[in-house]
Amino acid sequence: MPRSLFSPGRWLGAHLLLVFLFLYLPIVVLIVLSFNESGLPTAWTGFSTRWYESVATNEKILGAAATTIFIATMSTIIATAIGTLLALGLERLTNNALLDGLVFIPGIIPDIVLAIALLSFYNLVFTGVLGLKLGAWSVILAHVVFNITFVTAIVRTRLRHFDISIEEASLDLGANEVTTFRKVTLPVILPGVIAAALVAFTLSVDEFVVAFFTAGTTITFPIQVYSMIRFGVTPEINAIATVVVIVSFVLVLASQRLNPEQA
Amino acid sequence: MEQHHDLIRIEEVTKRFGQLVAVDDVSATIRENEFFALLGPSGCGKTTLLRLLAGLETPDAGRLLLEGRDLVGVRPWKRPLNMMFQSYALFPHMNVYDNVAYGLRQEGKGHAEIERRVGDILALVRLVGFGQRRPHQLSGGERQRVALARALVKRPKVLLLDEPLAALDRKLRVEMQLELKRLQHSIGITFLIVTHDQEEALVMADRVAVMDRGRILQVATPDELYETPNSRFVAAFIGESTIFRGRLEIRGAESAVVSDRARWRVAPAAPGQAGLGDGAAASIIVRPERLRLERLEAPAARDGRGTAASGLHNRVEGEVTDVAYFGATRKYVLALSDGTVALARVQVGQSGDDLAPGMHVTATWAIDHGVLVADEGVPPAPPSASPGSAPPAADP
Repeated sequence: MPRSLFSPGRWLGAHLLLVFLFLYLPIVVLIVLSFNESGLPTAWTGFSTRWYESVATNEKILGAAATTIFIATMSTIIATAIGTLLALGLERLTNNALLDGLVFIPGIIPDIVLAIALLSFYNLVFTGVLGLKLGAWSVILAHVVFNITFVTAIVRTRLRHFDISIEEASLDLGANEVTTFRKVTLPVILPGVIAAALVAFTLSVDEFVVAFFTAGTTITFPIQVYSMIRFGVTPEINAIATVVVIVSFVLVLASQRLNPEQA
Repeated sequence: MEQHHDLIRIEEVTKRFGQLVAVDDVSATIRENEFFALLGPSGCGKTTLLRLLAGLETPDAGRLLLEGRDLVGVRPWKRPLNMMFQSYALFPHMNVYDNVAYGLRQEGKGHAEIERRVGDILALVRLVGFGQRRPHQLSGGERQRVALARALVKRPKVLLLDEPLAALDRKLRVEMQLELKRLQHSIGITFLIVTHDQEEALVMADRVAVMDRGRILQVATPDELYETPNSRFVAAFIGESTIFRGRLEIRGAESAVVSDRARWRVAPAAPGQAGLGDGAAASIIVRPERLRLERLEAPAARDGRGTAASGLHNRVEGEVTDVAYFGATRKYVLALSDGTVALARVQVGQSGDDLAPGMHVTATWAIDHGVLVADEGVPPAPPSASPGSAPPAADP
């Protein structure tokens, strides 16, 4: 069937294309430049992976990346455990809109506000009272704060379609509450929990503002990138950014596959 | 079934949810090997009673005895009863085999025994070869049988069935009614079923408890419920009937229910059986097949004239307002001269099977066929000529 110039399908298609160009063109340019031999944004002198090799041998970048992966892993594990149980509690025990809202606020207030609040709090309690120094552990705690929000939200989408009678059936068939959680509840919501963990991990890896405020002298990966960029965008940054984009992309795609209702 | 001893005794059990009294001081006895049905409209407390027995709810008062042992306080996984859920509640992440084996694994049974018993039970419910399928790959009827197998494989003392057939289409439902009954006879486990469908209860159960608003109104065999309902609610809920309302008048050996427009005789023993005294609000219940119709050439009298109680029969004139044909029988809706709307069912081939709307008739019934009950003041459901009587909506 020939489509006229004014058919809605055609215009929507064009709109879709333009939006995706708008979203992804800068990233595509960045990826292309990361393979540019010269490293200059102005002239293409040939394909090369030398900037990736350069990144791979940069001790500072590798160290910061290791720190970030450690922080992201720890905060993801803690936030996923707490957030999953919170989602179960909110779904089952309350019907309170205020409680629901309170859970989501840490995720939507501006990062800078959260960062200042956490810094003041940590300085007051941990540094002031307990005499501890800020470091990776304080970034982990800070990331747990906002990641709980996202984990809870994602797991709840899974729970909304959860038939509570399968838990009752398990109890009725001779399993106690702990076995029921292990054998029935958790396996059924597991795709949602893993999806939530992937999102939490991604958010933690990319997070700059909160980490910058609460890291003390610890250097996370985004902080490292930021400190490099203050002296101009080096070709290495392009390579790093490309790696981060690809990792994030894979994680988000994986999370969507696991939990199609979310997103 | 007669000589079996009591298996479950429900003693003065009450369960409240906030302001709502879901189960109100209920007592009942369920015998060993019995097929027992809890029948009632949506929200009458029948499912709550079942969940109390399963241990999924805790009673606020009363005792639940199984073989003399109180179940209250016993956690659900320690009770020798298993439940088949209305939604079937199959574990979506397990295949059929693992679903059925789940309960046996919780008991710590050996691999060989589990395999044998799961195999046997899947054969019993005719699901051989379905072991590797996931619940979402099964039809409604197959899922229902998996749920049944999963509960039965534990060999419970009592199988609790919560609206087990409600999710099936009508044809399959009728098949499964007989199937469940056959199964119950062959394995000899006590079945306690909850249903809102009177046909289901009457077809399957040995005894039926009719519930309304948290109370059990009558416990009886299906025949007794139909022939001698003890209340207007039971009469209206089980099958169809014509209800003549009035006030009981006892004059020596003669008793009658009297309204402004009519006077209906009742059997001499009826007031005593119903526990009603002179002046009590009372109704007479007459089943549709008990009304005999004869065509009148002249128009029926109005305002109660043309009614008469002669000898052992009551007689009333009326007009046919609606006819429905059911193959073997024809059902009539009648406007009687005393204002009552009546239902009559006539075998095709018998006299009175050829009436049409607008015709004038006399309706007659023997006083022995009119059941006297107390009038609780609940208006009866309006009669209709639709096939069967529409069951109330399912429990949510």
